[in-house]
Amino acid sequence: MTHDSVGAVSTQCFTFAEDEPFRLESGETLSPVRLAYETYGALNADRSNAILICHALSGSAHAAGYLDGDPTKLGWWEECIGPGKAFDTDRFFVICSNVIGSCYGSTGPASINPATGKPYGLNFPVVTIGDMVRAQVKLIDHLGIERLLCVAGGSMGGMQVLEWAARHPQRVRSAIPIATTAHHSPMLIAFSEVGRQAIYADPAWNRGDYYDKPQKPDAGLAVARMIGHITYLSEESMQMKFGRRLQGLEKYGYEFETEFEVESYLKYNGHKFTRRFDANSYLYITKAMDYFDLAQPTGSLAAAFANATHVKFLVISFTSDWLYPSYHSKELVSALTAVGADVTYLDVKSSWGHDAFLLEVDTMTHLVGSFLDRLVREEQVAPPVGYTPRNRLLSTSPDARLRTQLAETLA
Amino acid sequence: MPLRPDLLAIADLVKPGWRVLDLGCGDGALLEYLRDHKQVKGRGIELSESGVLACVRRGLSVRQGNLQEGLADYPDQSFDAVILSQTLPFLDDPAMILNEMLRVGRIAIVSFSNWGHWRCRLELLFTGRMPVAVDLPQQWYESPRRQPFTVTDFARFCRQIGVFIDQQIYLNRGVRIHTGRFKNLLSTTAVFTLQKVHPR
Repeated sequence: MTHDSVGAVSTQCFTFAEDEPFRLESGETLSPVRLAYETYGALNADRSNAILICHALSGSAHAAGYLDGDPTKLGWWEECIGPGKAFDTDRFFVICSNVIGSCYGSTGPASINPATGKPYGLNFPVVTIGDMVRAQVKLIDHLGIERLLCVAGGSMGGMQVLEWAARHPQRVRSAIPIATTAHHSPMLIAFSEVGRQAIYADPAWNRGDYYDKPQKPDAGLAVARMIGHITYLSEESMQMKFGRRLQGLEKYGYEFETEFEVESYLKYNGHKFTRRFDANSYLYITKAMDYFDLAQPTGSLAAAFANATHVKFLVISFTSDWLYPSYHSKELVSALTAVGADVTYLDVKSSWGHDAFLLEVDTMTHLVGSFLDRLVREEQVAPPVGYTPRNRLLSTSPDARLRTQLAETLA
Repeated sequence: MPLRPDLLAIADLVKPGWRVLDLGCGDGALLEYLRDHKQVKGRGIELSESGVLACVRRGLSVRQGNLQEGLADYPDQSFDAVILSQTLPFLDDPAMILNEMLRVGRIAIVSFSNWGHWRCRLELLFTGRMPVAVDLPQQWYESPRRQPFTVTDFARFCRQIGVFIDQQIYLNRGVRIHTGRFKNLLSTTAVFTLQKVHPR
């Protein structure tokens, strides 16, 4: 797999708002602000080939390659970002930015509050998708990029994509929102809240003040993650993955132990998640998603995109995704059509549920790759120095298990 | 691959630089041709995933959608022409679609197979079997639903719903025919431009 990977990468940091605080939508301020990001590929002469990748709830800036050269630390969208892949790093300068509030290197609740010298905890201000994107705008300024060729992302990444297109249209030529929504529905808020309640109920959470304690709210965070996992699957994919199979048992034990494969899977993934994620970050990021409603300030979704008519959209949803159902994407497509934006839309037939956006690699590669080909032609984007064309790679690992594992760790 | 003759006839009715919406655009062959030969700004609507993927591969702007739901998202008069090729017999409510096409587009361009062709007439008369349109060789059981009609039927229908037929191209098995009076008898496919106002 080495030949089609961007290879060894390292996460970089950009710090801003050191002098003038960064004002958040809530009215609170943050200073300084650090953003973790990675880049792959090279900028072309006129800096017109930059693509920003936005990550989902528990993602990081590490979207492709091997982190610090460690081949076990693959990027979360390794299948789609790399030489000859959907986001072709031979042709494009691909940036993946972490979000504020996260625990992967950007300023978040686990960061040190300069006012107290201790981690922020719940003193960290509540952030929104809009705040996350305005921080990314600073990063793009810092990288000297006037306009992004494309902003792409799935799930919460898709919300950032829509925020970019609606609120910063002059900085964007195209947008690829995948398996996402323009407003977090009551059902989505409900799932977020159950996850948060699981964390609040863990005594070790201690109102967010646990960073110097031996016990972390792992039990609560694990339950929150289990709920998340259920919503990323579909009944069909659960049926295929687990059925009613028992884990290491011949027959029912008639006791309250882990018996079914699906229970063991959730428990394992819930626990695994606590080793890589911070409970407070989970609270803040789910809250940011809950506040997301593009139509809210302008009154209608079409009005939100009134200044984005020049942006070319590729909207993708998946038939079995019940967390961000296709009709959310169709509503978005309707609004974009109504304002006369150039929008391509496909509801991809898939049985993988919400996880499909990380799993349907071949379809995604066709859609995204061809869409970007068209942009390159229509917007006359030159490749970087030393570019030699090659055939686009489709899925290099037909082993679905590998992809499933990837999705599990990264959804 | 060369463009299908009825699609070529449609392309001839499109002026360079027009904004065009192609309903049921299939694999996008017509839109690609219009883009490459007439500098058309094209958009497509297609129901099938394979069709949408083929269009995207050709670098076209296409959205998956069902025509039966209408064109409600599209603003009035946002296209120069809205195209519907070989799809009319399969629609539940052709009047709604034609009206929508003429709300969204300045003109509509439609092509359809003509069951009024003499072979169809003789087929029913001599074999006692329902005629199969020459340019749409599907048996009655092969598609979910299909309403056979003729050039004359369509002209009457247009009058009824207040739509005017302007330009007319008639094809016999892909070859253009210039018959004065026997178009319904001799054509296998007709291509019309339609509009809401009386043509001059």
